[in-house]
Amino acid sequence: MNFELSDEQTLLAETIKRFVATHYNFDTRAKIMASPGGFSTDVWAAIAEMGLLGLPFAEVHGGFGGSTVDVMMVMEAIGEGLLVEPYLATVGLGGRFIARAGSKAQQERILPALIEGKHTLAFAHTEPGARYDLRQVGLKARRQGEGWVLDGDKAMVLHGGSADTLVVSARTAGGDTDAAGITLFLVSRTAPSVTVKESRTIDNLRTADIRFSGVRVGPDALLGREGEGYPLIEEVVDYATALVCAEAVGAIRYANEATLEYLKTRRQFGVPIGSFQALQHRMVEMMISYEQARSMAYLACVKIDSAEAAERRHVISAAKIKIADACRHVSQESVQLHGGMGMTEELKVSHTFRRLTMLAQTFGDAEHHLERFAATDTVSHG
Amino acid sequence: MDLTFTDAELAFRDELRAWFADHPATDPPGRDEDALYAWRRDYQRQMAADGWAAVHWPVEYGGRGATLTQSAIFFEELSRAGAPLPANVLGLLLAGPTIMVWGTPEQKERHLHPILTAEEIWCQGFSEPEAGSDLASLKTRAVRSNGHYIVTGQKIWTTLAHYADWIFCLVRTDAKTDKRQDGISFLLIDMKTPGITVRPIYLMDGGHEVNEVFFDEVKVPAENLVHEEGKGWTVAKYLLGHERMGTGRIGVSKRELVRLKEVAAAARKDGKSLLDDPRFRDRLSRVEVELMALEITNLRFLDQLRRGNKPPGAEVSLLKIKGTEIQQSLTELMMQAAGPFAQAFRPVETDPGFDRFTAALAPRYCNLRKATIYAGSNEIQRNIISKLTLGL
Repeated sequence: MNFELSDEQTLLAETIKRFVATHYNFDTRAKIMASPGGFSTDVWAAIAEMGLLGLPFAEVHGGFGGSTVDVMMVMEAIGEGLLVEPYLATVGLGGRFIARAGSKAQQERILPALIEGKHTLAFAHTEPGARYDLRQVGLKARRQGEGWVLDGDKAMVLHGGSADTLVVSARTAGGDTDAAGITLFLVSRTAPSVTVKESRTIDNLRTADIRFSGVRVGPDALLGREGEGYPLIEEVVDYATALVCAEAVGAIRYANEATLEYLKTRRQFGVPIGSFQALQHRMVEMMISYEQARSMAYLACVKIDSAEAAERRHVISAAKIKIADACRHVSQESVQLHGGMGMTEELKVSHTFRRLTMLAQTFGDAEHHLERFAATDTVSHG
Repeated sequence: MDLTFTDAELAFRDELRAWFADHPATDPPGRDEDALYAWRRDYQRQMAADGWAAVHWPVEYGGRGATLTQSAIFFEELSRAGAPLPANVLGLLLAGPTIMVWGTPEQKERHLHPILTAEEIWCQGFSEPEAGSDLASLKTRAVRSNGHYIVTGQKIWTTLAHYADWIFCLVRTDAKTDKRQDGISFLLIDMKTPGITVRPIYLMDGGHEVNEVFFDEVKVPAENLVHEEGKGWTVAKYLLGHERMGTGRIGVSKRELVRLKEVAAAARKDGKSLLDDPRFRDRLSRVEVELMALEITNLRFLDQLRRGNKPPGAEVSLLKIKGTEIQQSLTELMMQAAGPFAQAFRPVETDPGFDRFTAALAPRYCNLRKATIYAGSNEIQRNIISKLTLGL
């Protein structure tokens, strides 16, 4: 049992922290959010330069072959700094799909470019009405000649409006909610008959509704095996969920630090408001939520690399339950303890509130994962 | 980062498991408290004989010099084996380690071995009627006279005083200090000394585990002072860190959780298992997840303590708060699982078929309300974290 971070991991954490502190302050971030693409290509290049995009990928593609705990460090920093760049969509989802199931040609085409910061990805999966059910895929892919034709709608595709390549799930057999018969394709966002409608999210990321109207792709677009996409989707989404847990831990840490600082400096009735026991105990509960959430994020990231599928599902859902509850608890309390100031656009706390609110629901809210946690309760933890 | 046990930790666990397998505890003898306590005492004796009674004690005193992680493994395995918590729990966890650090060579020689073997049971004389959470306001006074301290006053909530041979006490040796803490001393008192009266306090679960202890001009040899006169608060702070360390009870809660699932799986609601009832299951799952998280949090803190080589600080307050909340939640869910059957408490006439397990659920629920009150109420723990960790 050892919770120590390696020297490399500590160095990594310090590097990112320093970068965020010097290049990603509140005003810079506001400008980035308002820019047409919704994120900064300069920041993205810098992230690539620091080696963060290559962290989990194999050395043969230019990566570092790092562990999920390594990526966890990046995600915590992203959460703390509220970065809006498409790291989760590109590294956590799209890149993971290609690393796990891509052909040699697909990996060679995309991963080196991804790692250099020249290629971004998004996962076009969720459909209107699907909620968090990963099996629900109604977008149809039918064979035409050597290739395929895609027809259907995807909703809420994180960073789908800016991604170079979309990983698209499609139904090639079975009914709309069957696990079997789901197939994955790589589709260029700028391919003909792909229509993208972009939105800003409440937490200032970008999301897209994407329509595929008779989109033709060649045989080289097939990712993994026909009809067998579901286990891969579940595995990659579990991975991305572990990363989201780590991002939430970073954001919670910021919310707690900012709130604690406010309790120490804000004066009312002639004293710092942190001298009031009613507020002290609430702050302590926020700190406890943070420690418990952090434990579960650690567990999730460690188990991604070591657990069998059954245990992985169970632990990831356990982690997301705790993270979702902690996100809500800390975000709400941080605004409450900041008083009116916590409500304002000009304070980072309100932005963190919004991000935490969304993270609580990303890849399934607490209720979704409570159901899955109970359904996967066959694993012994002795 | 590596969340698996090291080879040394696994070897320790396996050796312990093998010992428990070779020395299974007999079934607890019904609900007679004296018989139950004798059963626990006997089991501790067996453990002590093979060096398992106090793994965290140094080898020279009959322990195994276990690391904090190994100690955590010990309590986990103890629960897993269904073995009873050692009878002399306050001696092993509190009196012993305190005497080792602050006691004189004579005190170590005199007391440590009988603690280990449960020959002499210990209790803790801290709380007083007017000094609960505000411990430093204690009034029991000790006046030095001719090589003795003459102790007069009252202690309350004294767990195990009715079985104890010794009590470690905080007493006021100087009432005139600027800081109240400075006038407090730490004394070891033989419970057989004339002038000591133990009076039981019965709790709402019908049980007798705590007492009032009265001291009427009790003559205590001065060599029973631990550390210096007036420095008892330093000793007490050291001891309280250890006290809270044990209050997380993670192993016990894990076993309770398994039992709760068994009870809920057997209970029917609308023809289905209660365990499959989403409203019940969600509550249970949230407690289970908190417990999973606390297990990791605990190990993280132990790892920090090991690396920092620091005594336990405010971190243990967090473990106490969360651990006791989880314990209480589990008893609450047990009651819910039993439903209407949780009402029966004791047979009016002798009835061999009486369902003792279910009947114990409501008393246990009542009894466990103590967990968020004792060892420094959870509100006091929040004050400690607020001051020491958050700097408020």
